[in-house]
Amino acid sequence: MAALTGVEVADLAASTIRDLNQALHAPQPAAAWRVLNPRGAHSVACGLKDEVTVDIEGHVGYYCAGMNQHATVTVHGNAGVGVAENMMSGTVRVRGDASQSAGATAHGGLLVIEGNAAARCGISMKGVDIVVGGNVGHMSAFMGQAGRLVVCGDAGDALGDSLYEARIYVKGTVKSLGADCVEKEMRDEHLVELAELLKAAEFDDDPGDFRRYGSARRLYHFKVDNSTAY
Amino acid sequence: MDSDQDSDQGRDHGRDQGKDTVRDMGMDFASHGLRESATFDRATIHAIQRAAATGVYDIRGWGAKRPLPHFDDLLFLGASMSRYPLEGYRERCDTDVVLGARNAKYPLHLDIPVTIAGMSFGALSANAKEALGRGASAAGTSTTTGDGGMTPEERGQSKHLVYQYLPSRYGMNPDDLRKADAIEVVLGQGAKPGGGGMLLGQKITDRVAGMRTLPVGVDQRSACRHPDWTGPDDLTIKIGELREITDWEKPIYVKVGATRTYYDVKLAVHAGADVVVVDGMQGGTAATQDVFIEHVGIPTLAAIPQAVQALRELGVHREVQLIVSGGVRTGADVAKAIALGADAVAIGTAALIALGDNHPRRDAEYRELGSAAGYFDDFQDGRDPAGISTQDEELAARLDPVEGGRRLANYLRVLTMEAQTLARACGKAHLHHLEPEDLVALTIESAAMARVPLAGTDWIPGASGAAL
Repeated sequence: MAALTGVEVADLAASTIRDLNQALHAPQPAAAWRVLNPRGAHSVACGLKDEVTVDIEGHVGYYCAGMNQHATVTVHGNAGVGVAENMMSGTVRVRGDASQSAGATAHGGLLVIEGNAAARCGISMKGVDIVVGGNVGHMSAFMGQAGRLVVCGDAGDALGDSLYEARIYVKGTVKSLGADCVEKEMRDEHLVELAELLKAAEFDDDPGDFRRYGSARRLYHFKVDNSTAY
Repeated sequence: MDSDQDSDQGRDHGRDQGKDTVRDMGMDFASHGLRESATFDRATIHAIQRAAATGVYDIRGWGAKRPLPHFDDLLFLGASMSRYPLEGYRERCDTDVVLGARNAKYPLHLDIPVTIAGMSFGALSANAKEALGRGASAAGTSTTTGDGGMTPEERGQSKHLVYQYLPSRYGMNPDDLRKADAIEVVLGQGAKPGGGGMLLGQKITDRVAGMRTLPVGVDQRSACRHPDWTGPDDLTIKIGELREITDWEKPIYVKVGATRTYYDVKLAVHAGADVVVVDGMQGGTAATQDVFIEHVGIPTLAAIPQAVQALRELGVHREVQLIVSGGVRTGADVAKAIALGADAVAIGTAALIALGDNHPRRDAEYRELGSAAGYFDDFQDGRDPAGISTQDEELAARLDPVEGGRRLANYLRVLTMEAQTLARACGKAHLHHLEPEDLVALTIESAAMARVPLAGTDWIPGASGAAL
């Protein structure tokens, strides 16, 4: 790690994404970065592997902080498709709204979206924790394998369709549940983990106001009786 | 009606007279007047009976088994008066191929144009993956991961390893991405274009489940669409992200199952692919519905000219490399694919056979599973007596990865030498100098698909039209 000698500033009005990412991937990157004028650029701060802090001052395009490891990335604006896709560890925070497939296939770490997330939030999630301050769109947590999705607002159609072992907490209404997704009892251990997730996301919602959803595990094996669900 | 019944009865009586019993006939049914229906043959009758008994569709491994126009329907025009051949054992005929030099800092430089297609750990045992790596490395070519992540066994043994980027993203992680020598974005495969992977519970052991983040023993169905991009414009951005994560070091392939190949190849190139992989319907799978394998996609032979046309029209033929797979078995197949415009081929099923799949010495054990050597395709069940398509430790231990690797390397060398034999006969000092002009077709169908003339004529069916 480089010594904490201040904040590196990268102005994307004057330099390229390639320059920024190459610098962030360097063997010993500076510990703190500010990215100015992202202007909806794609792949901002993706593939990070060190414990650095990156503050992006504006809106980003697709795949911001993709495959993140260890880094803390904050988008002070909105994020396009697939923010923090396949994240392994670290923290990604979007101050505004996120487009579809936020946190797709992510294996670990914490993704916080302070605004709303669009369709397919947490699609194929594999261990990540996602906390959304607003609503999520349809097909969120589709085929979710592991991890937790917390929605402080409402969820759209087909929540948790074809879910494996991911756990979903929703405070508001759920428009409809997807195939094999059911409401489950909120036991003490769930209230505890939900409280921890809300605290980590720095939200003050009451865990007691949420409902829990998960897989009924009826589609885990091919059965002729389930033919209409396939 | 009465008279019809009478005549039917009369015919039956007539045939009964002097009719042998079934026991006497042995297997020689035809000479006793029994005819199998071409429409309802025995395999079809069995499939109906199986469906009626179980209520689920048939899932199996392997690729399309139906007869299809294929490389066998093409012949080379060896040199004679108007062409000058090369001496078979002395004059050079090079076989190397560079893949992905368009954008990558480190393109792959392979000694031979025969690569190993993507097959997952999960579908195959760890020993089988290691054997593939050993054989490919010994022969100077690449191997490919599959829908289940990268194992240390295959990374360790593979000099050139292509890491597949699939819709499921099972086991996908940036550390492995950085360890890969190339990245293959998979949109589909020839056995099931439009379908996702499948791995039945028998093969989801603790290790496989752990790598895929799945409960042990579930019937796993991989997604058929990528979770975070849709269509060619998004793919452009996705490829950009993969390049950024890996600092533009690695070639990026795009693999499609052969269907609308002309358009798919054009879109893949526009999206930024350095290499396009086209897998015809004979391409294998470890587990897919039989109806999917036999009824979706187009033959490899029909796909190659479409892909080459797309590359030529974009002015990138040989700059963006074309890898063709699906039913490649011999050096003749390799040479014909390259003559039609491919830069390299990939083998899957043939590589497994080289390791020991369907070997007659296992016949008794295949029969215990209700199959036989030469017919075995139940890769989905995980009970492979050859220890290849299994996760059972006892069965997997039957495959010695060193010996398996040696057999694969032998086979790859034979493929290469056979292809060189044909190329030299056509007067070519490099396999890539083969061209469609060196080929003729034996059938009208193959002439139309491969776009080479019917032997002895100058007729290419459809050539005057705007065939795609």
